[in-house]
Amino acid sequence: MSQTITEKILAHVSNKKEVFPGDYVVSDIDWIMFHDSTGPLTIKGFEDIGKRICNKEKIVTFFDHFYPAPNIEAAKLHQISRRFIDLQGLNNHHTDGICHQILAEKYVKPGNVVVGADSHTCTLGALGSFATGLGSTDIAGVMATGKCWFKVPDNMKIHYTNKLKKGVYAKDVILKTAGLIGSEGADYFAIEFSGDYIKSSSISERLTMCNMAVELGAKNGIIEPDEKTLEFTGNQGLFFKSDYNASYEKEFSIDVSQFGPQIACPNSVDNVKPVEEVAGTPIDQAFIGTCTNGRLDDIEIVARILKSYKVKQSTRLIVIPASMNVYLRAFQKGYIQIISSAGGIISSPSCGPCIGRHNGVLADGEVCISTQNRNFNGRMGSPKSMIYLSSPASAAASAITGEITDPRDYL
Amino acid sequence: MKAWKFEDNINTDLITPGRYNMTTDETQLGKIAFIEYRPEFSKNVKKGDYIIAGKNFGCGSSREHAPVALKAAGVSAVIAKSFARIFFRNCINVGLPIFICNQTELIDDGDIIQTNINENIIVNETKKISIPILSPPEFIQKIMLSGGLIEFLRRDSYV
Repeated sequence: MSQTITEKILAHVSNKKEVFPGDYVVSDIDWIMFHDSTGPLTIKGFEDIGKRICNKEKIVTFFDHFYPAPNIEAAKLHQISRRFIDLQGLNNHHTDGICHQILAEKYVKPGNVVVGADSHTCTLGALGSFATGLGSTDIAGVMATGKCWFKVPDNMKIHYTNKLKKGVYAKDVILKTAGLIGSEGADYFAIEFSGDYIKSSSISERLTMCNMAVELGAKNGIIEPDEKTLEFTGNQGLFFKSDYNASYEKEFSIDVSQFGPQIACPNSVDNVKPVEEVAGTPIDQAFIGTCTNGRLDDIEIVARILKSYKVKQSTRLIVIPASMNVYLRAFQKGYIQIISSAGGIISSPSCGPCIGRHNGVLADGEVCISTQNRNFNGRMGSPKSMIYLSSPASAAASAITGEITDPRDYL
Repeated sequence: MKAWKFEDNINTDLITPGRYNMTTDETQLGKIAFIEYRPEFSKNVKKGDYIIAGKNFGCGSSREHAPVALKAAGVSAVIAKSFARIFFRNCINVGLPIFICNQTELIDDGDIIQTNINENIIVNETKKISIPILSPPEFIQKIMLSGGLIEFLRRDSYV
């Protein structure tokens, strides 16, 4: 029987010849992740199971959601995780960036199965791995057994044809997709991103696309590995590809040359409009960063736009590189200097204000344009604040004018 | 017990906002369920009450604080047209019963309802009707019957 890439990986890791949507499989796991926000509940669950860790070298831990600690409660949660990490001798511990970014930079290879106590673990599908988010107790179970159960998902394929127009980026493509398919349109599906545009896209763009698979409800997003994946991952891993005649429950085709910059309006990721329709909406803050858009190419665009401009006095621009590696490279290339000189605030690599805990929390009535992946009510602070989602280019242009702005006027 | 009715696409930021879930203490989490989105819920929910919702309940973040908070608040089960998948797994793992029901529009906010799991129905006592629910597949029931994933793994294992 013909199989999709997701089916092939799940069959391989559960020692089966083939699997079908709806099957339950028990899979071996290559990488297990928890972070400072989901770690304490994972630790509690793990201690309740009362078994030993069976795969220390496969566990990767992070302090990224509120690091360095902004308050006493956060510091106490860090203490809980730090004690456990030290006691258990977990040596893959990171404070140098966002979990999904570091997993991509240093750990995950094509064909791996990756589970993390974070919904955006699906980001790693960009490298041809099966990667999905779980809750803390599930991760505790994987730490104790090395295994996890999965229901084999149905398959959705989205073909992206043609080339992007100037001022349009991967983020606009995935926002456009969210607008078309809806925030529950891919519930329980594996989404395979494919087509000319995906083939020509960079690893960073692919990470942006797969990052938001969960915003459509998907179990995982995945892109077939190719030469770029090979180069990025140091020529390691298993290169699974979908059979040409594999069957998909749902298929869509999107011509990426047919739209401009997109904005997801409050309070839902699928409330997507062309930038022209919301241009002029006053903003208080622009935030560029996160696991969706905090990579070197994102920061390069911001620096390019800000080079001859200043951030408007009444507006805050916050830029947070997704990892220390990105930070240092952005510094070497002079992007950090340009953004700082233009009035932008640079913070140390972390999730930043995306979850409203530090580094740019919003007050009642405030409006933020952000490159993050969620604009749920109250996510960045006050439930009376509002979040618009965009590409780094749109957010940077908006920081100059203090209102939502079409980036094409600044490129 | 009383039904608390919610709409489609209730996300985990609405259930337990990021700024409030800085604890693993269940009692504490029980007090913050829907604290900003529906403050009267956190004040007035009684042990045994039900949450009735539309499609895609529990979408968004993987935070397990959300089902833990609902369970600690006394919610006896969440009944929805569909669930986001991580939330669905988390409920099974922490022992918060969930049921899929395609006709949640037959239950209004404040109706008095009971579930009858043996017959796979909800009895709406206010409206005097029975509504079918779908029971989860066998594999999941095994974990649910153990009282959640932790108990399942303490006693049993995958193989």
